[in-house]
Amino acid sequence: MATTSSALIPCGQYKTTYRKDTTIFPTPATRAVAVAALLLLCLAPLKIGGVELLGKYELNLLIQIGYYGIAALGINILVGFTGQISLGHAGFFGFGAFASAWLNNSFGVPVFWAIPLAGVLTTLVGLLFGIPAARIKGLYLAIATFAAQFILEDFFARAKWFTGGSAGTLAQPFSIFGYEVSGDHGYFYVVLAYVVLMYLLGTNLLRSRDGRAFIAVRDHYLSAEVMGIGLTRYRVLSFGISAFYAGIGGALFGHYLGYVSSEAFTILLSIQFLGMIIIGGLGSVMGTLLGTAFMVLMPEGIGALSRSVGGVFPALTDGLAFVKEGAIGLAIVLFLIFEPDGLAHRWKMIKTYWKLYPFSY
Amino acid sequence: MNTNLLIQLLVNGLIIGTLYGVVAMCFVLIYKSTQIVNFAQGEFLLIGAWVCWWLLTRWQLPFWIGFPVTLAFMMVFGVALQVIVLRPMIGEPIISVIMVTIGLSIFFSAMMKWIFGVWAKPYPEVFGTKAVNIAGLNVQTPYVMSMAISLLVMAGFAWFFKFSRLGLAMRATAFNQQVAQSLGISVKSVFAMAWAISAMVSALAGVVVGMVNGVSSALSFFGIKVFPVVILGGLDSIVGAILGGLIIGVLENLAEFVDSQYLNWGNLYTVVPFYALIIILMIKPYGLFGTKQIERV
Repeated sequence: MATTSSALIPCGQYKTTYRKDTTIFPTPATRAVAVAALLLLCLAPLKIGGVELLGKYELNLLIQIGYYGIAALGINILVGFTGQISLGHAGFFGFGAFASAWLNNSFGVPVFWAIPLAGVLTTLVGLLFGIPAARIKGLYLAIATFAAQFILEDFFARAKWFTGGSAGTLAQPFSIFGYEVSGDHGYFYVVLAYVVLMYLLGTNLLRSRDGRAFIAVRDHYLSAEVMGIGLTRYRVLSFGISAFYAGIGGALFGHYLGYVSSEAFTILLSIQFLGMIIIGGLGSVMGTLLGTAFMVLMPEGIGALSRSVGGVFPALTDGLAFVKEGAIGLAIVLFLIFEPDGLAHRWKMIKTYWKLYPFSY
Repeated sequence: MNTNLLIQLLVNGLIIGTLYGVVAMCFVLIYKSTQIVNFAQGEFLLIGAWVCWWLLTRWQLPFWIGFPVTLAFMMVFGVALQVIVLRPMIGEPIISVIMVTIGLSIFFSAMMKWIFGVWAKPYPEVFGTKAVNIAGLNVQTPYVMSMAISLLVMAGFAWFFKFSRLGLAMRATAFNQQVAQSLGISVKSVFAMAWAISAMVSALAGVVVGMVNGVSSALSFFGIKVFPVVILGGLDSIVGAILGGLIIGVLENLAEFVDSQYLNWGNLYTVVPFYALIIILMIKPYGLFGTKQIERV
């Protein structure tokens, strides 16, 4: 799961300082492309000449990619960069959603502040669950977090004061300076702002001392400890940070839907999160976004396919929900067998190929 | 205190516990010989039960033909799974191996729901009466049969690993793969056999549960309940799996008793094993009989 970015960069790029090697954008062109993509996304919900650039449906998908992407980045920091396995991330995601709604409904905290506060509360829960993680690792940690998922699900169904029990709870729409952001068009900017902020924070974290410590813990924990990296500290910290991201993602999810139900945060969602980062590429920030987009768009693609061939294969339309679910599992298995480094790796290969085309040697 | 209910629940616990024990044994078998944690164990039960149900109802086969056909199918299925999916995973990091079996589990359970629907379907009557009365307690006949079958399977496992050639080869492989290979044991076929046996015995458990409760996607929950059991017993101990199964089965039903009589929380039954799992991992991570090889960090 090691990142092999440097090996794939073609000739002509000579890094002379460590600082240059760790920049987010290795060339001015990549930075220009990233800024251009961001500007294009800002234009997405606008109407130009009375024509909507993107319909409600496409905007909804982009928003989904946004909040799932934030949570997925968190889990990638935990799994892809620190090498800890968590099978209970839907629990953190759900906790963030409930915490934000709870802060808003019970204490009258404005939604604007409730979202980051929910992230902080989820961090505390993450640190709590990180304590066993400091004692066990690998397989045992996977099983422990698997159990935590069921315990949290049970907690959501039971804690009426917090989650509204099995009935669920209402989440108010986002508002800023007394102006209520309603509808997908406004909320898109909120999610976009959070995505940009969280991804910048995440990328910078991973370039820092702590980020390198995470990678050292993943690659060889004994050597890391010998070099003076506190294993317990960084394992628990990684859990906390990852829970923070999941909490923010969950809070955005809650205020988008306007209604949070404990049934949304099952083990399947946890597995989807892991699927996102495996498909995108473990230990790759950009891959996280690619994987999330894949995971969100694949079921929609299957839906579109079933509508077009539904007349020929009625069984496909009838069992669409199951086909979508099965496709998630199948995609994870196929990626692990045929492309274990994920879409990020494939993307790099394509880029390298075209950079040197047609004289690849 | 309702003594009658308590005893009834304890008996239930023992019966369900032997079934947990059998499934956990299958899980341990795979873990011991191939070092793979099989999150898709519950789907083996599910697939076995559905295939047998399909043969019995669609094709109207008598049970004594349909059941062996199911077992044969599961053997082929287990070997195919090992060869096609798990063999390329050898040497991959642990997260990949875990995620592959989780992916398989999601895929198979979704496919089973797609093909057979989500509603529980009853098995055709195989045994005559529905319930027998043992010392004033109502026990369903298939449950009695399941207990007998489970004990038989356990005895069979014991014989297999103590005396049969293949069983000894499997134990040698579990002990040390390289040494086993140098002694002329085909590690490849041992791996395939482990999956085949595990799939077959799981299918048997699935058929037994299906006879009592009907077949539905809820069967795959056995694959989740197996984790508290194997963690309690020790991940690589067959004896531990059986004992862990009994303990978790009884614990579950005791929780049900406490819940229904005093607490009235509703679903303590389903979560108690997971609390137990976390506690065991914190204080005794290698379980009752597991090899003490876990690295403390």
